[in-house]
Amino acid sequence: MNVKYKIKDLNLHYGEFHALKDINLDLPEKQITAFIGPSGCGKSTLLKTLNRMNDLVEGCRIDGTVLLDSEDIFDRMDVNVLRRRVGMVFQKPNPFPMSIYDNIAFGPRTHGVHSKSKLDEIVEKSLQDAAIWDEVKDRLGKSALGMSGGQQQRLCIARALAIQPEVLLMDEPTSALDPISTMKVEDLVQELKQNYTIVMVTHNMQQATRVSDKTAFFLLGEVVEYNQTSELFSMPQDQRTENYITGRFG
Amino acid sequence: MVLPQQGARLGRKDHTPKPTQGFQSWLLRLLVHGAALFTFSILLFLIGYILVRGIPYLTPDLFSLEYTSENCSMLPSIITTVEMTLISLLIAIPISVFTAIYLVEYAKKGNKLVDLMRLTTETLSGIPSIVYGLFGMLFFVTQLGWKLSLLSGSLTLAIMILPLIMRSTEEALLAVPDMYREASFGLGAGKLRTVFRIVLPSAMPGILAGIILAVGRIVGETAALIYTAGTATEIPNGLLSSGRTLAVHMYCLSSEGLHTDQAYATAVVLLLIVLVMNTASALIARKLTKN
Repeated sequence: MNVKYKIKDLNLHYGEFHALKDINLDLPEKQITAFIGPSGCGKSTLLKTLNRMNDLVEGCRIDGTVLLDSEDIFDRMDVNVLRRRVGMVFQKPNPFPMSIYDNIAFGPRTHGVHSKSKLDEIVEKSLQDAAIWDEVKDRLGKSALGMSGGQQQRLCIARALAIQPEVLLMDEPTSALDPISTMKVEDLVQELKQNYTIVMVTHNMQQATRVSDKTAFFLLGEVVEYNQTSELFSMPQDQRTENYITGRFG
Repeated sequence: MVLPQQGARLGRKDHTPKPTQGFQSWLLRLLVHGAALFTFSILLFLIGYILVRGIPYLTPDLFSLEYTSENCSMLPSIITTVEMTLISLLIAIPISVFTAIYLVEYAKKGNKLVDLMRLTTETLSGIPSIVYGLFGMLFFVTQLGWKLSLLSGSLTLAIMILPLIMRSTEEALLAVPDMYREASFGLGAGKLRTVFRIVLPSAMPGILAGIILAVGRIVGETAALIYTAGTATEIPNGLLSSGRTLAVHMYCLSSEGLHTDQAYATAVVLLLIVLVMNTASALIARKLTKN
């Protein structure tokens, strides 16, 4: 199994607060890795480090290395190129206040695609890959804000796919959705794993067991346990992991 | 803890209000309704009065291309108003919008310069227009030697509306949710593209509202213009020639005391312009927010 992301001795501080402590993780290619843990344990922070969204946070200091295909993402790699290779889906669906078509086309246009026929093709392909094409193909010119929450989230996934990333980071992508939309997104994520490396933060342990191949359990800024999902949930090695997955805290 | 006795008392209080309370609420209702009616009727009276006094004197004469002391034509003033507005906006909009973008999107939080700039703009917006007029006269008209002219007037007005547009743009930019910026950055868009393609379009209705407010201020301005653009009655034939806007024209007509009726007719037109502008801006804002 190829390693897509190699995280070595990563430490992250927000001002005085030590948010991530000595993280060492290898994330496998074309698999789904889930980050679980209670609120404030650093799982979202680590996710945002992977495409350097933390750069926007003032007072954030990072030590250690993160290698994407053995290239250091903090060294010499242009942040916009990194984010083209590593797409992100956020907790709350956040389509731009423009048409469905323009939402999808924004990314490709940013990276220099301007031909109408090429854009049409990308828009259709992305929406199909995100399993939402049939629902929206007749209203591509309509505002994306008129869609339901679940549709908006799948639109955001399609938007992320439109720049043909290698990795998809998902920050609790279903926490704002109803059960049926959640199921659709989970099915979609399973499909996408054939072509993309997926890293997903989730609050929902059932979701982690349903979708992910590997799971990392975070507590107070540390990775307590990282293993195959089936093993982590059936035979946790660490007492704290067991306490968390059996619902003693969290 | 609610004692049974207390509970009973509370219950009674809820269901049967004392007679004084009935009177109080009646009085309050009378007061608010009265105030609303008063405000409304004053506005109605004002508009009605101007219409009644002005409309009978709205003759074709008033719209002839050349002003004479007989016809009191306002057409040159209308044209001057349009020119003055356009030039002022052309100068003020880029500067104020870019300043606001800097303050909201680029400046670091807690930057001393930002606080200083906010303080400056707030002070600027509180200065009476006659002071701007005086400054314009001393600086543009005398110091730079541009005389009473379209240019001096427009620059003075531009300085006046600068804080107005800046503040509303700033508010509008701050109101754009951060999740749009995050989404854009997340797709690999740089700062520039994010600001101009995502943030600015979302903030457009608010920016537009500020611009409309500024136009209203320009159209209604007299004090700052009399000393900087002068009161020449002709259509200005260049940036350095003098001209009077509609409001200044009205002021001159009524202060000379010879053409009060024509002044009212001018007021009708001014009112109409303001009304059309407000409606147009509301329509544009609604259209922009819909998409």
